[in-house]
Amino acid sequence: MKTRNTLLTAGAIALFACLLWLADAKLGGYAMRILNLSAIYIVLSLSLNLVNGFTGLFSLGCAGFMAVGAYVSALLSMSPEVKEMNFFLEPLAPWLQNLTLPFALALVAGGLCAALAGLIVGIPVLRLRDDYLAIATLGFAEIIRVVITNLQSLTNGAQGLKNIPKYSTTWTVWGVAALTVAFMALLTRSSYGRELKAVRDDEIAAEAMGINVFRVKVTSFTISSFLAGVGGALLGHMITTIDPKMFTFMLTFNILLIVVLGGNGSITGSVIASIAVTVLMEAMRFLDEPLNLLFIKTEGMPGLRMVVFSAMLMAVVIFRQRGLMGDRELTWDGLAKAGLLPRKKKGARE
Amino acid sequence: MKLETKGATMRFGGLTAVSDFNIAIDSGEIVGLIGPNGAGKTTAFNMITGVYAPTEGRIRFEGRDITGHQPHLINKAGIARTFQNIRLFSTMSVLENVLVGCAVRERPTWINSVLRTPGYRRRDRESHDFARELLAETGLSELEDEKATSLPYGKQRRLEIARALASRPSLLLLDEPAAGMNPQESIELMDFIRRVRDRFDLTILLIEHHMQVVMGICSRMYVLDYGVTIAHGTPDEIRRDPKVIEAYLGVE
Repeated sequence: MKTRNTLLTAGAIALFACLLWLADAKLGGYAMRILNLSAIYIVLSLSLNLVNGFTGLFSLGCAGFMAVGAYVSALLSMSPEVKEMNFFLEPLAPWLQNLTLPFALALVAGGLCAALAGLIVGIPVLRLRDDYLAIATLGFAEIIRVVITNLQSLTNGAQGLKNIPKYSTTWTVWGVAALTVAFMALLTRSSYGRELKAVRDDEIAAEAMGINVFRVKVTSFTISSFLAGVGGALLGHMITTIDPKMFTFMLTFNILLIVVLGGNGSITGSVIASIAVTVLMEAMRFLDEPLNLLFIKTEGMPGLRMVVFSAMLMAVVIFRQRGLMGDRELTWDGLAKAGLLPRKKKGARE
Repeated sequence: MKLETKGATMRFGGLTAVSDFNIAIDSGEIVGLIGPNGAGKTTAFNMITGVYAPTEGRIRFEGRDITGHQPHLINKAGIARTFQNIRLFSTMSVLENVLVGCAVRERPTWINSVLRTPGYRRRDRESHDFARELLAETGLSELEDEKATSLPYGKQRRLEIARALASRPSLLLLDEPAAGMNPQESIELMDFIRRVRDRFDLTILLIEHHMQVVMGICSRMYVLDYGVTIAHGTPDEIRRDPKVIEAYLGVE
């Protein structure tokens, strides 16, 4: 059984890599960009799912930690010339001006700085629960944004950063997404994962069973911040410009939506919802343009796509309160039990 | 001396829930804590297990002062408990619930959990073995994959005991283990508690309303009323104590 699963996983990864290679070769830049954006959303939604779904902490601080990751990684990987061009109002701090790191290092540094921010925010804030925690994390994310706006000589303030090197290639973003999925799958199905879920299910019982609840919460929050930072950095290197206005609550809201749609506490759910939401958001763009439905003709209503999208969302939430997957996962054993395995090959990496 | 409290007092604002609580329990004893509703029994448990820090007084466990320590540290020191209103981990299976109890000894970190280091795998295997042994002991082996909260009430109580035992305590606190059980189940429970005590070399302090159960298995008992210890002695002494009769029956 175990070897079968390993083989299937290896096969699925190979198959997925082939498909990705094919897509990269055949699809145009626009389609690839959407596909890659969904990979980044996988990283971000898993980051939020770790705290919200698996540890039961209602956190809304995602965008703040993304901003930290995006800025750190961008500043560490831009060349001195680009930096000079960006910082025309006030020069960049001299120690950073000539520092240019390879992308991988800049990305990890972005994640680590976000994790540090998460640790500093988490220690006071994680003493709160539920909606109080949500409000506090939301506040901290805004504080991070305001600090970034005002650190002119370090972040270029409201002008933001332009010409960030475009390092987020198909292979990079999907590689990071695959690593994140593997990391989450291993973490949530380990003893430590059981401790996270114990804290989610019943804090008092978890404490009585010898679990240091506060420490588990802080650890989970810090890891989640790391992933958010990495996701933010990838986003920056994809769009190539970042500014503080990008990292408002709306961004957190989008990610929260993916997590809730996919199912709180389901890795598979987050992966499916990330792809589905990103693709649908683009696919429904035609709704904003003039429509000709034989009898009904409209002259383009910008925002109609969001109306339809919200209606679809409501339908999902009404008919499947716990999201698409609930807290279940797609596993090889599960597929085998459903009798799907010998014929079909489904479910990428689980 | 396994557990000793000296003048432990718990006040919530103007209300004294437990005052001057003194108990002393030797290794291997089964001791009962009884009293009418609202007498402060669960509050006494919460002081011992660190849920509340006593307002006054000291609590010593195996000679060490544990007054006001955090609950998870008290569990690590060797005190495990069950809850009056069952608190199982509702999204987890029966086996996983017990495995959470094992985790204390395992001390997993997120890094070695993700990397599945050899040490982690060995400890994880040991935990699985021990958890299955406990399930066999509690008669829940066939149900290991069931969702914990889908079990009938009596089995949920047993599972809570199995989970508490998984952290390898030397002192077990049971908060109304027979609540909601019929007489037959209560008698089985008494045998079960005795067997568990002998098998795992435990000392047990239990809160119970079922007089039949407490009188049947406790070597000594303490009686609380309005937070005050009104009597203490062997079951026979307690049965004859006028103060106890008055507290329970309200005799003038």
